[in-house]
Amino acid sequence: MVHPLDSGVSRHILRDMIRIRAVEEAIADRYGEQKMRCPTHLSIGQEGPAAAVGAVLGPEDLAVSGHRAHAHYLAKGGDLPAMIAEIYGKATGCSRGNGGSMHLVDEAVGFMGSTAIVGGTVPVGVGLALSLAVRRKPGLVCIFIGDAVLETGVFYESAGFAAVRKLPVLFVCENNLYSVYSPLEVRQPAGRALSDVAAAVGLQASSGDGNDPRAAYGLLKSAADRARSGDGPQFVELATYRWREHCGPLFDNDLGYRSEAEYLVWKARDPIPRLMQELREEGALDPAWLAAAEAEIRAEIEAAFAFAEASPFPDPVLASTDIYSREIAPFP
Amino acid sequence: MTYAEAVRDALAVALEQDPAVIVYGLGAPDPKGVFGTTLGLQEQFGADRVFDMPTAENAMTGVGIGAALGGLRPVLTHQRLDFALLSLDQIINNAAKWRFMFGGRRGVPLTIRMILGRGWGQGPTHSQNLQAIFAHIPGLCVVSPATPADAKGLLLSAIFGQDPVIFLEHRWLHGARGETPAGDHRVPIGRAHRLRQGGDVTVVASSILSLEALQAVDHVALQGVACDLIDLRSIRPLDWDAIESSVRKTGRLLVLDPGHETGGVAGEIVARITTRCWGHLRAPPSRLAMPDAPESTSPALTLGYHVRAEHIAEAIGDLVGAPLEVSSLSARPHPHDVPGNDFQGPF
Repeated sequence: MVHPLDSGVSRHILRDMIRIRAVEEAIADRYGEQKMRCPTHLSIGQEGPAAAVGAVLGPEDLAVSGHRAHAHYLAKGGDLPAMIAEIYGKATGCSRGNGGSMHLVDEAVGFMGSTAIVGGTVPVGVGLALSLAVRRKPGLVCIFIGDAVLETGVFYESAGFAAVRKLPVLFVCENNLYSVYSPLEVRQPAGRALSDVAAAVGLQASSGDGNDPRAAYGLLKSAADRARSGDGPQFVELATYRWREHCGPLFDNDLGYRSEAEYLVWKARDPIPRLMQELREEGALDPAWLAAAEAEIRAEIEAAFAFAEASPFPDPVLASTDIYSREIAPFP
Repeated sequence: MTYAEAVRDALAVALEQDPAVIVYGLGAPDPKGVFGTTLGLQEQFGADRVFDMPTAENAMTGVGIGAALGGLRPVLTHQRLDFALLSLDQIINNAAKWRFMFGGRRGVPLTIRMILGRGWGQGPTHSQNLQAIFAHIPGLCVVSPATPADAKGLLLSAIFGQDPVIFLEHRWLHGARGETPAGDHRVPIGRAHRLRQGGDVTVVASSILSLEALQAVDHVALQGVACDLIDLRSIRPLDWDAIESSVRKTGRLLVLDPGHETGGVAGEIVARITTRCWGHLRAPPSRLAMPDAPESTSPALTLGYHVRAEHIAEAIGDLVGAPLEVSSLSARPHPHDVPGNDFQGPF
């Protein structure tokens, strides 16, 4: 049986998921070397939504994200060596070392910034959408959020304004059930769906399985089309799960805040082998293509880490510069 | 023109000059137009660029940041500074940091007008001048103009600059009149203005205290004490050269602070000038600030709350070691809790 989604798009999503995971596994493998000296939040296990979004967004679209942003940055086309160098605190990093893993930016591809305060970029994304509307520019703004963002006041404030002005915003909510070690049930009322809350605020909302990235693509594509055609802000909730610890390279099921059994259930729903298997069954996955893609990704990652390692640290003078523009900076 | 008209004039000039300028805030297009400062702008420039907003100060600050990153030059207005406290996350974590934390590529040209209330029972949460909080943050500019010309000039510099600017605008100054240049008049951020020249005492003031200080300085001048009166205009960056060169001449420093005394801007100025000008000082530097107490709503409890001309004149007398006549300064034709008899509330 042939899936309705174009097989080229499907392979694009598959390749992105494989690439994102490989990058993050390489980070995890080397994190113990103590050279990446910043808090680092990995998306391993929950690459599906990012890859699906990456296939939906075009070059004119913008994106913002939060603390767990590697996957979003990469799916939007962000520069890989600059990201790795940033995590290494190097001058060649995308934020010249000032930001680290949690402050990624690549405006050349429309990735406008990720920040470390939960909900912090939600209004920034809405403001970017306002600028598109005022300047009559095409495109939309994708705001990557997690389930905890629906606990912040700024989400409601921002969503309300986006709805009033019918701004071209696509909220993509990765619901991975945990905020650090706090499960959803201690943070939000039982039985209250995130997408219902979003709908009540005035967003057009839908929800689906983030670990079925082709299904996620369908939801995201319809939502993005609506946002682009002036229907106002959209919200897509995608269920998924992070495998590793909240922050850092390890697994943390031993801590006891979630069960090994729960982790195993989600691991069995790994989006990568699942899509691979589906494409194989549809005759849409050429083993040679896959082998070549995996080799390219391996080489690209090796090169990115080599670049980061070889790059210089920022000049110490930069510790106290870039705080103001040139016209203000000469003043103390 | 009045200070309020000068603010409106600056906004109109900016909106006219650059289609990227947007002006918004709670009540921006309402019939009262934020004390007259936004009157008619929506009619003139359209609802796309001049608009009201949800009562959502934090988000609407972030929206301004995003809009600025998207190429606009937003001006957000809060009818009281106290309301803007809801937006400290966006101001401090995003607006102030964006340039630095993303490697210095560009900053956020966002102007945030905060109106400072006073008197007529504004009370604990409608009358705070918390300039020190904002001046504490690297990445923020803080300006606090005292005259219509400076209000216009600093607002235009803020709007067309490349940094986030907190624009502190005293409600009692809205009715103040002064010569205001027409057109795109700009006053550079970070430069003080000497309002009076004298060799005996350096008086540093800002916002409404610059006007109180003018009265006091002119009053003591008639008694033979000549003051350098420095109107800061910008709180951050601060014009240290202007203060230092004056103190090297006078040897005496009085700093007026419209915020609370503890942890205030005056304390910072006294500390830094004492360190840098120690050998030039002829008397211990002093300061007059708001008490370390919230402002009461009752007119009976605000009688001595604010620094007035008579307090300033008295402090100048203390610095030069000569008792000066100050009591005539306390005679005013109107109650203490309004800027003039034409002000009859409600806010």
